[in-house]
Amino acid sequence: MARPVSARNRRIRRVAGTALSLALTLLGLLLVTFIIGRVMPIDPVLKVVGDRASQAQYDAVYQAMGLDQPLAVQFLRYIGEVLTGDFGRSISTGQPVIQDIKRVFPATLELAALGTFIGVSIGVPLGVIAAARRGGWIDQIARVVALVGYSMPIFWLGLMGLLVFYGILGWVGGPGRQGIIYDGMVPQVTGMILVDSLIAGDWGAFRDAFSHIILPASLLGYYSLAYISRMTRSFMLEQLSAEYITTARVKGMSERAVVWRHAFRNISIPLVTVIALSFGSLLEGSVLTEIIFSWPGLGQYITNTLLAGDMNAVLGGTVVVGVCFIGLNLLSDILYRVLDPRSK
Amino acid sequence: MSTPLLSVKNLCVTFASRRGDFQAVRGVSFELGRERLGVVGESGSGKSMTGRAILGLVRPPGRVTADRMELEGQSILNLPERRMRKLRGSRISMVMQDPKFSLNPVMTVGDQIMESYRLHAGGGRAAARKKALEMLNAVRIRDPERVMDTYPHEVSGGMGQRIMIAMMLAPDPQILIADEPTSALDVSVRGEVLNIMDGLVRDRGMGLIFISHDLNLVARFCDRVLIMYAGRVVESLPARDLHNARHPYTQGLLRSQPRLDTPVERLPVLQREESWRSGELDPLPET
Repeated sequence: MARPVSARNRRIRRVAGTALSLALTLLGLLLVTFIIGRVMPIDPVLKVVGDRASQAQYDAVYQAMGLDQPLAVQFLRYIGEVLTGDFGRSISTGQPVIQDIKRVFPATLELAALGTFIGVSIGVPLGVIAAARRGGWIDQIARVVALVGYSMPIFWLGLMGLLVFYGILGWVGGPGRQGIIYDGMVPQVTGMILVDSLIAGDWGAFRDAFSHIILPASLLGYYSLAYISRMTRSFMLEQLSAEYITTARVKGMSERAVVWRHAFRNISIPLVTVIALSFGSLLEGSVLTEIIFSWPGLGQYITNTLLAGDMNAVLGGTVVVGVCFIGLNLLSDILYRVLDPRSK
Repeated sequence: MSTPLLSVKNLCVTFASRRGDFQAVRGVSFELGRERLGVVGESGSGKSMTGRAILGLVRPPGRVTADRMELEGQSILNLPERRMRKLRGSRISMVMQDPKFSLNPVMTVGDQIMESYRLHAGGGRAAARKKALEMLNAVRIRDPERVMDTYPHEVSGGMGQRIMIAMMLAPDPQILIADEPTSALDVSVRGEVLNIMDGLVRDRGMGLIFISHDLNLVARFCDRVLIMYAGRVVESLPARDLHNARHPYTQGLLRSQPRLDTPVERLPVLQREESWRSGELDPLPET
């Protein structure tokens, strides 16, 4: 009788531990954004009142913003605001930052998701085959593809892609998320146009959105493919030299079954982390791609507001990206536990 | 004797490298009947490589050549991979050193045993499950129903090795190569694992190639012993005559073991001679 109880206790303790470490990570993130917001040489009061305000006006706003309070009190209030989704008002758009993020984040999410999908669906098989046929021609091609992916600047590749596939061949839609005729035609549900147009059953809009997203998504996919295929290959090589692989061969299994049934199941565990991190880096790191393709996403938003000295927007965006990273880490942690029987 | 189970003549395993060829096995010949054949030698003497060559598991840049390698009169030398795969597991199988590494960590024990059975016998899951339970019983695992659903990290070393034996014997092979099957186990469970393996091999009339570096173990457990040195068989003799070994290497090995009944101040150190590398003391009698 004592056994199940202790097992449940352990599970509760583990969940509690995970929750605590999540909370601490989030606290650290907020501390960093808070400090950055305070030490930046941008006077938030001046941003509001303008440089012709009188001293009395300035002081009034200074107090209204709570800047006369001790730092600790300000920090606690900041936490409270963030937790209720209040990042302040953006100076450049005049709207609450949370509204802006709700508008731009789905665009980035859509792009990053499709990019990661492309990267995983090509990169993982490529890495597996490269390892299984080490030194063969697929391995050599995979090596070159990854090397080019690592070393080619994305803005150049993006421009060349636009020039060739949009400018010359006309195979894909140009910059932006939609052609002008479809703009605002699809009722907004998730903010991701591919999903929204499917929900609305509007195939024309779906095709149009797809023709716009496919080039930037392929570009991001190529970069994550380069990384994912190399990681897959090295995980795979490690597993293929393991003893249990010899066991599988002794059993008389075909090489394909050895690779996919035995070795691949073992690498799927660390691969989850690699894919999650690569997805996370696409969520924040696609600034160049978004600018080249006039993609109204989070990367572009943060860059533009940063150039305008709009700290509320920048820090709000940073918190969102940070929270995404923490969430992805948690997700890959959970998947890890599900996939790996040794962690139970 | 009728056609032996396995007949190997002048087996060589060569690895091509930039600095010329390296021969891991240099002309090994032996025959295996329904018996327990011990292969003894130090690390690098080519005993494991001999086992892998028989299974066709030497991978490039390794190369296997022989005058003859026959399984019940049928040549298995450099068979195409597809045909070799049919033999592996179903007719020749192997138990490896450490169950910690030789079992797949993310598959349940039951799935691994069933997989090895279904590969050759076909049939549905239900039949495979029945066979797996039967095999777990045969290796004297208590509560096999429960063990079927465990993962390899949840079982002990001795149990892991018994599972390995159950798995490898499930498709009823004729030859089992046991490559140091007890070296990684606690001394206390070694005997038990050996007894189980011995019993099964005997009951099924199988041939066993028992690779080990433990002279005493081999002498006690096997019918016949091959002594390997530097890729060659230097001596072949019935296990009970081991103490009458004629080759200076074997004699040296025997002398350098401590004995309880006649303690000595210092154990002699094996003095190696270059001539041992070049060949056998006298050629093996043809059987």
